[in-house]
Amino acid sequence: MANFFKNLFVRNSKLTTDQLIVKKTIISFFFFFLLSGAAFWGWKWLQGQSSDGAFGSGIKPPLRTVLNKNEKFFNNWLSDKHLAKAFPLSAAAKNVRVNGDLGLGNNFDPATWKLYVIKAKGDTLALTLDDIKKLPKTEIIFDFKCIEGWSQVTHWGGVKFSDFVKAYGLTAETSMKYLGLNTPDEEYYVGIDMPSAMHPQTLLCYEMNGQPLPMNQGYPLRLIIPVKYGIKSIKRIGTMYFDNERPPDYWAERGYDYFSGL
Amino acid sequence: MKKIVKKHPLAIRWFHWVNFPVLAIMIWSGLLIYWANDVYKVGFGDKTLLKFFPDSFYKAFNIPFRLAEGMAYHFVFMWLFFINGFAYVLYTVISGEWRYLLPNRHSFKEAWQVLLHDLRIRKAKPPQGKYNAAQRVAYSAIIVMGIGSVITGLAIYKPVQLWWLCAICGGYAFARIIHFVLTIGYSLFFVIHIIQVILAGWNNFRAMITGFEVEKTKDDIPVVPSSLSEAVPVAQAVPVTQAGPDEEQPAN
Repeated sequence: MANFFKNLFVRNSKLTTDQLIVKKTIISFFFFFLLSGAAFWGWKWLQGQSSDGAFGSGIKPPLRTVLNKNEKFFNNWLSDKHLAKAFPLSAAAKNVRVNGDLGLGNNFDPATWKLYVIKAKGDTLALTLDDIKKLPKTEIIFDFKCIEGWSQVTHWGGVKFSDFVKAYGLTAETSMKYLGLNTPDEEYYVGIDMPSAMHPQTLLCYEMNGQPLPMNQGYPLRLIIPVKYGIKSIKRIGTMYFDNERPPDYWAERGYDYFSGL
Repeated sequence: MKKIVKKHPLAIRWFHWVNFPVLAIMIWSGLLIYWANDVYKVGFGDKTLLKFFPDSFYKAFNIPFRLAEGMAYHFVFMWLFFINGFAYVLYTVISGEWRYLLPNRHSFKEAWQVLLHDLRIRKAKPPQGKYNAAQRVAYSAIIVMGIGSVITGLAIYKPVQLWWLCAICGGYAFARIIHFVLTIGYSLFFVIHIIQVILAGWNNFRAMITGFEVEKTKDDIPVVPSSLSEAVPVAQAVPVTQAGPDEEQPAN
């Protein structure tokens, strides 16, 4: 055994082949285990990080740092010219999947619903569904993608968010970085970066398959934003506001990507 | 007589051992993601032969309700997986190692012979070289699979911005299927790889850490093909290695 370690300090040329084999093997395995240990320690360090934070709880901060960089990196591709693929009407599902009811309960009264657009403190627009319906209508048939991994070709109709902005003179507000949307009961809420909100396929949607939205799809008005996962397509919009800081986002608070862009 | 023969360059050993934990993390985090929409199964008609995956499997590996976490790990470690794989391919091209790794025109026929030999059906041992034909096919295929994972992964990750990539992959849903099947492929590769490494023995395994293999040669017998050995006078043969006296031989 002692020879093992003695030979580590003997020059290679002075060793027999057998001794050299042992020496080289020991040295290589030493570094192999050292680096394996370092990798393991790195993993343990990551696991030991606290995952509580204002944004993205449940996600380790070092991971979140990289994910934020990912968002920035892949945002470079975001373009009004990159459109979600449009499908023919025949491809649209008749039975549209319902995947969540957050913000849809609490004794909602359709008769009193209004869309409140908070332009500034004390300056709020209150719009009825008819106010929105009289704007030019846009329809889209696209592959709706859920963050869970499923997708479904569905048919929606409404007003382009960018048309809505023009019609109601919100251009100044949309120079801010983010759009915030809440359900009337404020149980569900999303934040959306303005370039994605202004994307030509983003709709304030009031129709599905040519009919008014069903209750479980967010009657009377929901968002359809094909450049993002479905978690951002909030059902039943109650209030709309603008901010330079990230508005709170229900699923981002539960560890999902804030941008969730596709 | 023993002889130290260089086998794996240091760079290749690094790429190999970095890839091992990174790929493991990618597969694990991929499972956390897949669980949220675990619709794939193998079967025919109404009959399901194999469901991906049984609940017992999810339970054993603590998979359920960790989608957000899975996405976080997947989209961080994807960079390491990609960079390491890219560097490996670049290295093999520049160093010339690709010559040992890419299949040649004999490889596909010989790979079949390797398979029959390994299954104890065929007696004759096919030529080994640094990598035998089956290894060439497998180690090249795994690179193609890696490229496939990156492409289909990007197609699922940004299907709108990289819509053309998504279209190449046959659409969003199909890209997800390919991405999944490739992962099953890695898992099968891993199982076979481990079995083969165990069967090949210590000398072969050590080479992936130390870089060298130990070749056994006999002092006086010339290393020449057996068909020629009668024609070549033994006296002309030179011993392949010179080695010092065998005193102080450490116990292995």
